[in-house]
Amino acid sequence: MNPTIAMITFRAMLGRRRALLLFALPLLLVVLAVALRVTGVADLEISSLVLQRFAIATLLPLVALVAGTGVIGPEIDDGQIMYVLTKPIPRHVVVLTKLAVAIALIAVFAVLPTFVAGLLLAGTTAQLALAFGIGMLAGGIAYGAVFVALAVVSRNAVVIGLLYALVWEALLGNFAPGAKSASVQQWALSVADTFTSASYVRSTVDLPVAVVLLVLVTAAGTLLAVLRLRSLTVAGAD
Amino acid sequence: MTVGSTIHDIGYRHYDGRRLGRGYVLRSLYVHNLRACHGFGRPARAKVMPSILALIMLIPAVVDVGVVAFTKEPGALMRYSSYAVTLQVIIAIFLAAQSPVLASRELRFHVVPLYFSRPVGPLDFVLAKFAALVTSLFALMAVPVTVLYVGGLIAKVPGSADQLLRYLGALVGCVVFALVLAGIGLTVAAFTPRRGFGVAAVIAVYLLPTTFVLIVQGIAEVRTQFTLQGWMGLFAPFNLVDIVQVRLLGAQRSAVGVPPGIAGGLIALALCTAIVAGSIAVLYSRFRKAGLS
Repeated sequence: MNPTIAMITFRAMLGRRRALLLFALPLLLVVLAVALRVTGVADLEISSLVLQRFAIATLLPLVALVAGTGVIGPEIDDGQIMYVLTKPIPRHVVVLTKLAVAIALIAVFAVLPTFVAGLLLAGTTAQLALAFGIGMLAGGIAYGAVFVALAVVSRNAVVIGLLYALVWEALLGNFAPGAKSASVQQWALSVADTFTSASYVRSTVDLPVAVVLLVLVTAAGTLLAVLRLRSLTVAGAD
Repeated sequence: MTVGSTIHDIGYRHYDGRRLGRGYVLRSLYVHNLRACHGFGRPARAKVMPSILALIMLIPAVVDVGVVAFTKEPGALMRYSSYAVTLQVIIAIFLAAQSPVLASRELRFHVVPLYFSRPVGPLDFVLAKFAALVTSLFALMAVPVTVLYVGGLIAKVPGSADQLLRYLGALVGCVVFALVLAGIGLTVAAFTPRRGFGVAAVIAVYLLPTTFVLIVQGIAEVRTQFTLQGWMGLFAPFNLVDIVQVRLLGAQRSAVGVPPGIAGGLIALALCTAIVAGSIAVLYSRFRKAGLS
């Protein structure tokens, strides 16, 4: 961990208008939670549905994509990463710092709003808010590692990430059960499932498998990012 | 020199040939942007994503035509008007991937003033970009729909006059889809010049309202509030255009909620027009301002 790199990355992610995007993403979830609370339709089934479909299936991948690719992608693209890489800092420290910043951003802009929305929707019933908070954090770390690795490997990181999150996890999951089980979203849901007694939260993956896969994917993503950053060559952007 | 348009005249020979004019400038910008939309004239990695997405768009149509031809089951042919709604995620990803290519790059590298130092106005500049993205999106949707139609003709799906009418209706629908989506995509991308952020911002503007609307529609349906379910459709881009298709173009419903009557269709159409006009106005002022600095 390098505090200077962390600070620069935070500033790049939250400077000026960019913070607006990150603030706007979770806003709709909170608005929906407030609306459902005020109109009094927020029973446990609807709360679980909203948290599953909006928070885990939509908000988490989006915020993770913005944070994960944003911490390192633009720097590699415009060549600014050279100023970091030419300093006597081990490259794994660079990657780990960037990953930590991404996870912190995911925690603040995806996990925390989900927890708040959960409290608004269900209160402390069935520990729903806490369960989804923990599930989102677990999923967020894995997504963060995957998207940081993707940003180091490819210039099309954001689009590839979108194809994975929206086509593989959401669309193909409906047709092929195998694809559904091989998704960070289901693993995160499995973690959330363990912490809540609500029967509406159900995952296609068992907890031990989900935890192992989450750890494995996170480790693999981090390792890949470190290895690829070691041998990175910077060509002209665009 | 008697012409007052030059500050310095250091004696070089002047161009006194024919000036090609505004139309030519507009056409050149349009062609340039259309090529950029698909990565032509740029390195291979810029071509990868648009080609893959265009290919994914084609696959269901080709497979479906194959199924119809093989099983002789005309009911298996997908409805032309539902194609864009069914594959909306792919279209949205294409929009997210390519609208920053058109709207962000000049802003990111601060080269807009170079364009406006030539006889190009901000309006022409914006219209050329808009038209290019509309063309590209239209092609993305219309080609698979045409494959479906031609495939249906070859497989001798009954009711050819009716099929032609539906096909033409779906093409008009594709134009409306392309106009609305291009407006949303370009506007969002023009305000997020940082690389990668534009893609994420465009997809967020599509995905979050769509999910929001779907959840509210789902809840409304369970509580049998079908009016609310229908009108909520106005707030999700693909559902909005599907309302126009259903109420004004005689298509069958593909989206979840459609408000009743011609009035619903007219309101949806008015909203579409407002999105297109508003986005062109916003883009105009954005690029005009960027051209001054």
